[in-house]
Amino acid sequence: MPIEVRIPTILRTYTGGEKAVDASGATLSALIDDLEANHPGLKDRLLDDGDLRRFVNVYVNDEDVRFTGGLETALNDGDQVVVLPAVAGGA
Amino acid sequence: MLRLDRTTYDAIVAHAKRDHPDEACGIVAGAEGSDVPSRHIPMINAAGSPTFYEFDSTELLALYKDMWARDEEPVVVYHSHTATEAYPSRTDIGLANEPGAHYVLVSTAVHGNSEGPVEFRSYRIIDGVVTEEEVSVDDTLLAPAEQ
Repeated sequence: MPIEVRIPTILRTYTGGEKAVDASGATLSALIDDLEANHPGLKDRLLDDGDLRRFVNVYVNDEDVRFTGGLETALNDGDQVVVLPAVAGGA
Repeated sequence: MLRLDRTTYDAIVAHAKRDHPDEACGIVAGAEGSDVPSRHIPMINAAGSPTFYEFDSTELLALYKDMWARDEEPVVVYHSHTATEAYPSRTDIGLANEPGAHYVLVSTAVHGNSEGPVEFRSYRIIDGVVTEEEVSVDDTLLAPAEQ
């Protein structure tokens, strides 16, 4: 069973408009590589200098991966991954 | 053009005044594809700052999951500027990630927490390009049901 990855509106240009795509990987890092293989360009929108971008949130089964090991967060078949850009700004 | 009902407009202004001098933030959700803002959701500014706002990441996920369950999307994304004009800053433009949304800015710089008019402006921000649009506050639109 693959891992479903929910893609935010702003990144659907990379998934042909799909709201969710399937991917696989034992860790978030591997999952992002697998995403990149099928949807080139996506990785660069998620990572900066090898780490998650400050204003991109990734959740595995509703947990922000910043609290579960970041890119090394372990994944299992059937997990749900959600990508959401931060809603933020400032004067 | 952004069309807003009076109740939602007043609620956004009240939120901005209440949180001054910190930035207030929130969204107005609406049915997907409708471009009709119908459900006001004030959010907590996790940054708690007069110069920055950010939705808490856990609350952000809960908000989006709730919208997905209702087939909604963010129609309006709003925040306040408390010392500057109601125009998107470089940071606002760089972090604008909802290409379909109306970005509303409210400036409380003149009257702060007090009574008095605010600057209330709306923009489209797509690929770093800011386009201001007219705001029409419609007294005849039905007020959305409060949550």
